[in-house]
Amino acid sequence: MKLDARIPSGPLDKKWEKCLLEMKLVNPANKRKFEVIVVGTGLAGASAAASMAELGYGVKSFCFQESPRRAHSIAAQGGINAAKNYQNDGDSVDRLFYDTIKGGDFRAREANVYRLAQTSVKIIDQCVAQGVPFAREYGGLLANRSFGGAQVSRTFYARGQTGQQLLMGAYQALERQIGLGNVTMYPRTEMLDLVLVDGHAKGIVVRNLVTGEVSSHSADAVILATGGYGNVFYLSTNAVRCNVTAIWRAYKRGALMANPCYTQIHPTCIPVSGDHQSKLTLMSESLRNDGRIWVPKQPGDKRPSAQIPENERDYFLERKYPTYGNLAPRDISSRAAKEACDDGRGVGPGGLGVYLDFSDAIKRLGESKIRERYDNLFVMYERITGENAYKVPMRIYPAVHYTMGGLWVDYHLMSNIPGLFVLGEANFSDHGANRLGASALMQGLADGYFVAPYTVGNYFASNSVSRPATNHPEFTKVQEEVKQRTQKLLSIRGKRTPASFHRELGKLMWNNCGMARTDASLQLNLEKIPELREEFWKNVTVTGENNSLNQSLEEAGRVADFLEFGELTSRDALERKESCGCHFRTEFQTPEGEAQRDDANFAYVAAWEYRGENQAPVLHKEPLVYDELKMSQRSYK
Amino acid sequence: MNTCSFLFRTSLGKKYIMALTGLGLVVFVVLHLLGNLQFFLGREAINRYGHFLHSTPELLWGSRLGLLALVGLHLWAAIRLSIENRAARPVGYDRNKPMGSTYASRTMLMSGLIIAFFAIYHLLHFTVQVPVVNLRGTDFRLLVDQAQRHDVYQMMVTGFENPAVTVFYLVGVGLLCLHLSHGVSSLFQSLGLRTGKYSPLIKRLGCVISVVLLIGYWSIPLSVLLGLKK
Amino acid sequence: MNLTLKIWRQKDRQTRGEFVTCQARDIIPDMSFLEMLDVVNEDLMKAGHEAFAFDSDCREGICGTCSLVINGIPHGGQKGTTACQLHMRHFHDGQTITVEPWRAQAFPVLRDLVVDRSAFDRIIASGGFVSVNTGGAPDGNAIPISKVDADRAMDAAACIGCGACVAACKNASAMLFVAAKISHLGLLPQGQTERYQRVVKMVDTMDHEGFGACSVTGACEAVCPKQISLDFIGQLNRDYLRGSLKP
Repeated sequence: MKLDARIPSGPLDKKWEKCLLEMKLVNPANKRKFEVIVVGTGLAGASAAASMAELGYGVKSFCFQESPRRAHSIAAQGGINAAKNYQNDGDSVDRLFYDTIKGGDFRAREANVYRLAQTSVKIIDQCVAQGVPFAREYGGLLANRSFGGAQVSRTFYARGQTGQQLLMGAYQALERQIGLGNVTMYPRTEMLDLVLVDGHAKGIVVRNLVTGEVSSHSADAVILATGGYGNVFYLSTNAVRCNVTAIWRAYKRGALMANPCYTQIHPTCIPVSGDHQSKLTLMSESLRNDGRIWVPKQPGDKRPSAQIPENERDYFLERKYPTYGNLAPRDISSRAAKEACDDGRGVGPGGLGVYLDFSDAIKRLGESKIRERYDNLFVMYERITGENAYKVPMRIYPAVHYTMGGLWVDYHLMSNIPGLFVLGEANFSDHGANRLGASALMQGLADGYFVAPYTVGNYFASNSVSRPATNHPEFTKVQEEVKQRTQKLLSIRGKRTPASFHRELGKLMWNNCGMARTDASLQLNLEKIPELREEFWKNVTVTGENNSLNQSLEEAGRVADFLEFGELTSRDALERKESCGCHFRTEFQTPEGEAQRDDANFAYVAAWEYRGENQAPVLHKEPLVYDELKMSQRSYK
Repeated sequence: MNTCSFLFRTSLGKKYIMALTGLGLVVFVVLHLLGNLQFFLGREAINRYGHFLHSTPELLWGSRLGLLALVGLHLWAAIRLSIENRAARPVGYDRNKPMGSTYASRTMLMSGLIIAFFAIYHLLHFTVQVPVVNLRGTDFRLLVDQAQRHDVYQMMVTGFENPAVTVFYLVGVGLLCLHLSHGVSSLFQSLGLRTGKYSPLIKRLGCVISVVLLIGYWSIPLSVLLGLKK
Repeated sequence: MNLTLKIWRQKDRQTRGEFVTCQARDIIPDMSFLEMLDVVNEDLMKAGHEAFAFDSDCREGICGTCSLVINGIPHGGQKGTTACQLHMRHFHDGQTITVEPWRAQAFPVLRDLVVDRSAFDRIIASGGFVSVNTGGAPDGNAIPISKVDADRAMDAAACIGCGACVAACKNASAMLFVAAKISHLGLLPQGQTERYQRVVKMVDTMDHEGFGACSVTGACEAVCPKQISLDFIGQLNRDYLRGSLKP
């Protein structure tokens, strides 16, 4: 298979313009004849559905949540980047482009990232016009703050709820189109398969989560904006119902899965308190400005923090990285904390945590100053842990946060299956091996508002309306397969709950394919995960019936897909014999412990092709060519 | 007319009716108290006031009809809204622990209905002056002072000499003040006037008005009952 | 600790529901309320029984999905806290806890503790937006907005649409939810052009969906996990009056 990314020729800054000019257009009167299915209603999905409906296309929008407003984009805290240069600090499209490529450790596609940087400025304008209440300066102009991986202030924010506010903007635009009758909304409806007719994506099979009814929907194109797969680790900062099912089923219908091993681990999360834990909560990274990270020097030291004298504490980040100290980059901080805990020096229940201590800062600045800076975070910490972090040190631990990999897409955000478009976190396109803070919201909205409406239109114009009826044999066949699979889950009646399999998979993934990966650990996963999967299909218990609201059935289906997906992720991580960004292979590191890239052999996008049940997937490589930038060793020192 | 149909059609419209009629009734309650307090100025003052009212029927009947309309609309809106509000929650909670709301605010319909019954009694007692309801056996209609005016002063003294009647009066007025402690600030809210920096002030206004009214209205029967006024 | 739970069971929208009692064993104070329910559900499933259906997603208090009335109070009564962020350390060993769904005509129960809040979506669809199509927006700094207004708009926009206000209100009124959206958009210059049509349409839809009226009791404000102020309802009342009187 030859992967054609369809990147326009010409200079980098003119590529998108050229692409737009060369696109075929659909006559306004003909637009209503085309229908598009949009799965997912987060930033990418809602913005795409609304924008396509505004243009006049018929849109069907699907989400498994009860309302489009519940999509997980809502949980993003920090902000959204845009190369506005409102702060007069020398920002530009080129600088945002450079920062993003460098942040991604030179594993992203130049042309896509450049377009993202160009589009970023329009996003802010659009959101302001929708009534997103971004933070303002006293003069009435938009405020900015700085974020990791950048030396300019280009992050726009709405308190700690930027994702929520941007999603409300997109959701309101979507609801407006629903009210006008241009979008048909299907909430509590989960996509369970993709239907191809003559090699083109022509529809989906869904299950109504309230009635259990399985039905088919056909369209002229399908857009997947179904988010990331961080929950393959069971515990992550994702919402508990985030899943890989939609993109995994598309993969099994022939779409290529790209770079699944690129998963971002965030260093400052509230640690696990026990086996019961269902999710992890992120604490803003800004806490590291004033907190000092340490563990006891002695393994197994169980004394309360206050009883450990200064000389028996190991401020390991300050010791290992004297220049950056507690502000070392995300991946480095995360790995260092893991190593300390692996030595048996972790603190708190289960020994998986390190202290983030504010006592020095409180002594130096006074408690009121710390309160002013971080009180909301301290309140949140106390709500979850019951501990007052003004009195005892916080405990933190790294957690899975974002997934850079996803379905392979070309410059038009279309996968290798014609008519199947993938937006937002669900695709692999813009962040390379590591995403910078405040870039996820930017990408979701760029894809949905400003890329897909054009590129999907171009696909329509290049292909005549050929929407098959849902009684087409292909639909009937897929629908039958979906029903059988659901029936099978219900008929096993084993002894273990879906969650117990999910937890076990999560542990395998975290231990063997998490922050640091080795050849041996990944080999172990390739052995253990199929065993676990086999047990799942023999011993899972799903109570209840098919024809009603059945959350354990939903969960079982998602876990079954994670059990397949986890193996592919481990395989991808094994295959990539280098370290880059968030993919850290212990065998490949610089003497200072930094990720050691191998550009000669691994400067490519790994795109995996499904070849059938119990068959090894086939790896396709899309070489990454850097015309504008020179690949270099990433350094933040 | 069409522009005002929203008043009767929508929930907010009915709340505006509640608020506006409520405001009218509060004004009446205040004026009524001011009139009554002339009791403390002596027989001459209050009898003159009573005579003045009765000798200007256009004023008397104008306000009576106006009040009747206000009460009617207030009651109609309250009952309509209550029916709709009940329909909005057909299945209640097993355990209901009210949080953040006052007792007065949760019992507005009940206090309102009791006040309505009290008002009817009050009218029979002092306005229509039906002898049986005053429990004294006196026909108030026959009381006249030296100037051959209706002796309002004597009627009030006699009317409040019976402890049972007085207690009922105290309770009725108490409920009215409870009703107003929520109603007054709430009517500002319904009319959209309780926003911004005056909001806390208006919230307190309701309580202040209620307490003032309570003291004022209670002072008359209590002074009679305690034998301060004869 | 061990707890007795009295939980609402209801097969579907049509079937009548009832309370059932079950035990929650070996609960750790660090668990969230929903994690405690996860434990109960897993125990039920292992014994071959059906789990209790309840809605949740982000479990960090922002998505607005969780919707439990715990001991008579929506979200359980911790100030500014959703049920997913309520932890078991606020309960004591041996306690009996009643768990019910949101109760309102406009929020029919779909199963057990899961309700249908799509009425909120329909209210937004009827006018809770600024009618701007994608593209063609002026520069973000073209219209300065005073920090005071932007902050106040953000206070209102913090609403997560969970519906606790409806659940707590004795009239099952959605006024706080509608007021938050009206105020959010009405305080910003971008929302002015449609300000009065918006409020009339949204209130009409709110009534049509079967929510009750506001009795200004303040229960909604008290349980709101984002502590949205009752003052916004005053703003809604004012805007609606003006909107209705506009020719």
